[in-house]
Amino acid sequence: MIEFLLSLKIALRALRINKMRSFLTMLGIIIGIAAVIAMVAIGSGASKIISDQIASVGSNILLVLPGSRTSGGLRMGHGSTPTLTHDDAKAIAAECPSVSFAAPVVRGAAQVVYGNMNWSTSIMGVTPEYFSVRDWRAVTGRIIGHSDVEGATKNCLIGRTVAENLFGAEDPVGKIVRVKKLPFTVVGVMDGKGRSPQGGDQDDIVFVPLTTAQRKLFGSQFPGSVGSIMIQARSDEELSRAQNQVDALLYQRHRIGPGRETDYTVRNLTELLDVAEQSSKAMSLLLGAVASISLIVGGIGIMNIMLVSVTERTREIGIRMAIGAKKQDILLQFLTEAVLLTFIGGIIGMVVGIGGAKLVSVFFDWPTLISFQAIIMAFGFSGAIGVFFGFYPARKAALLNPIDALRYE
Amino acid sequence: MGEIVVRTEEISKVYSMGDQRVDALKRVSLSVEKGDFVAIMGASGSGKSTFMNIIGCLDVPTSGTYLLEGENVQGLSGRAQAEVRNKKIGFVFQGFNLLARTSAAENVELPLIYGRLPASLRREKALSALALVGLADRAGHTSKQLSGGQQQRVAIARALVNEPAIILADEPTGNLDSITSVEIMAIFQKLNRQGSTIIMVTHEPEIAAFTKRNVVFRDGRIISDTPVARQADAEQTRGRM
Repeated sequence: MIEFLLSLKIALRALRINKMRSFLTMLGIIIGIAAVIAMVAIGSGASKIISDQIASVGSNILLVLPGSRTSGGLRMGHGSTPTLTHDDAKAIAAECPSVSFAAPVVRGAAQVVYGNMNWSTSIMGVTPEYFSVRDWRAVTGRIIGHSDVEGATKNCLIGRTVAENLFGAEDPVGKIVRVKKLPFTVVGVMDGKGRSPQGGDQDDIVFVPLTTAQRKLFGSQFPGSVGSIMIQARSDEELSRAQNQVDALLYQRHRIGPGRETDYTVRNLTELLDVAEQSSKAMSLLLGAVASISLIVGGIGIMNIMLVSVTERTREIGIRMAIGAKKQDILLQFLTEAVLLTFIGGIIGMVVGIGGAKLVSVFFDWPTLISFQAIIMAFGFSGAIGVFFGFYPARKAALLNPIDALRYE
Repeated sequence: MGEIVVRTEEISKVYSMGDQRVDALKRVSLSVEKGDFVAIMGASGSGKSTFMNIIGCLDVPTSGTYLLEGENVQGLSGRAQAEVRNKKIGFVFQGFNLLARTSAAENVELPLIYGRLPASLRREKALSALALVGLADRAGHTSKQLSGGQQQRVAIARALVNEPAIILADEPTGNLDSITSVEIMAIFQKLNRQGSTIIMVTHEPEIAAFTKRNVVFRDGRIISDTPVARQADAEQTRGRM
């Protein structure tokens, strides 16, 4: 076989002679590789969003919601009856061995006013456990403590979005804001959490002590009731055990008799998100698969052009054979050309794909993950396509009869 | 008697097209000595092209033996035949058959590339072969930038660069005007004087007159094999034109 560098040089020259054709042939590979890299990057970006959300919710989380109420034959849905209490939360934390924290939550919405600024946001009454469960810290100031809950203090903790909208560049800690005409002292600002799995802004929130919310902001006819209880299991493995323990405890505490509908629901949040993550992974796999089809189409384009090229250059092949080229030399020459086409196409496609992914990040505010694996795979794939689709035309060239090839017009 | 370079013993070639049998060559025996200059003549279909293809190791006879420099080459594999073509045979074609968009020097280097010579040696040999055909100053020109006669001279340089046992020329003047044809024949005569063995197909008697021996084919047989009584000198002929 002739020297590798020399055959590269011969192949490069052949490609240069038909620049336009070479480029168009490469285009199939360029689009294929670019599509694979960009699609995988966008798909992995989607997976990353979801896994970030899982991390932002906290891990090993159960959510206990009040059950439905049946009123005159109409079933009212979750939360229609305030059956969960702060005491339920305390009991869960104390009596369920697989539970590390139980955080009762009361939710509401209100207009928050600071100076001449105001902002409509969610108000959450919480206990310190909430921040442990959510793995959420204050960036400045402090979080709501046990003494705040016991004393039903008028201290509050604000999310980043609220801080930006009410205070701008000012430091909110120590300032007084008004919630439903009551003055609250801002004791801290929470770290940013970003979007929730449902797409809401998790930072658009004001935290107040649970007891304050119950008694002073959202007083209801059921004193002591809470909107929901967030529970963190000790570990991933203990999650379902914790679920059973909580279920059993509440069954007993709420005196649900056999055959009667429970007035609470225990939900596994992480499980839901796992499903979402699975589906996004499946999605990115699907995108990659669709993109690979364009790679194969590109490969067929290469085979087509190489076949045309072999026919066009039949005479050249004849000359080379008469002069002493062996079958392997001819085979290698055309194979090198095909692989070079896919290889150059692969490099351009990689640049286009990475560029495209970056553009998507910039213009659609969508995180993209350029995976090294995808690049290697795309490269290997394009090389394999060059060999696979280049082999048949190259073999056809190598098997030409020199006499016929020389006589070919 | 000089050393025999080409020796065919009763070679025949039969083509079968469907149920038709075509006898292209019928028991042809011919010997060519080293330093000979043979013109193969005959009408088209006389078998001369088939004969040349066999001599050039591009084809194998149906029966008979062909010895090139005493070696039986017809039993060789395709790979070995390619090597024989590369090392022992130089082809010159009617249509020049240079590679397009490739410089004269690179065209001449081609047999050396397939002969696996190192690059520095290749360039050196190619340039001296080009000098031998009087084209040392055109080494960098591509075939498009050369006239027909110059292209044929590049082709001759390519044929002789490997110092082959024989140069096979298939109607080398067929595409050229008469003045250029004589110039090409002058080059062949010069090479022949320097020791090259040349076998050339032509159907023009005035071209054949520049060779030393005329072999005429008809219907797959040699009907005459005569030495040229007074070999014309191409150099002088050119001077008179």
